Amino acid sequence: MSDTVTLGRLRVPPRAQRGEVIEVRLLLQHPMENGFRRDTLGRSVPRNIIHRLVARYDGREVLRAELGTGMAANPYFAFFTRATASGEVVIEWEDDLGVKGRLTAPIEVS
Amino acid sequence: MKRRHFLQLGGVGISAAALPLRAQQLMPMQDLQPLIRSVAGDVPPKPGRVHIGLPQLAENGNSVPLELTVDSPMTEADHVRSLHVFGERNPRPLIASFHLGPHAGRAKVTTRIRLAGSQRVVAIAVLSDGSAWSDETEVIVTSAACLDEMSI
Repeated sequence: MSDTVTLGRLRVPPRAQRGEVIEVRLLLQHPMENGFRRDTLGRSVPRNIIHRLVARYDGREVLRAELGTGMAANPYFAFFTRATASGEVVIEWEDDLGVKGRLTAPIEVS
Repeated sequence: MKRRHFLQLGGVGISAAALPLRAQQLMPMQDLQPLIRSVAGDVPPKPGRVHIGLPQLAENGNSVPLELTVDSPMTEADHVRSLHVFGERNPRPLIASFHLGPHAGRAKVTTRIRLAGSQRVVAIAVLSDGSAWSDETEVIVTSAACLDEMSI
């Protein structure tokens, strides 16, 4: 599978002053199946978590996360970056089934 | 003989009843040192600069709010390179690694984690100068994150 999903919400302030530190908030819809559970028939449920997530802005990597099974389902992240230029904040992630996700949010810097 | 048998059964019953409570406490505690060494290098991290924000008491281990902050100016010359969180009683103790850089602006990451029972949570911050700093906190979890089977 190599579909790109956009299940989630990305919040970035729409406008910012140059040099201002802005907060990026991200909520993804994902079961983050940890691989330790069994279904009602007793079969073990295979692990499927978002193991990698990258946030980019203005052509640079702001945050890269390597996630383990200890992350909650529907993972939430809040982090910061410095407003440098108008453009897009891009979030990309990949889970254990090879499903890739991408979300973008525009920001206008004055 | 019969009475003895009955008492033995009773004993088994009592210990079985006590199991759910003990199971949480007996979840294997894992040695974090090799994992910490793998992210921080051979020099043991010093306590300080990094701070874990976690509730002292979490009702549900499936989603516990976590806030990691590091006392750092986040400049090109002095910034946080990476942040790591470990839970010593989680089946996989390394919960997450965050790689930051000077473009992060502020060394603070908020997320939600799973905790398989009451345990000590350790955070390690690796700075641009290569130094490693740590913080740890104890969290009491009343209902542990869902682990049907401890298949470690």
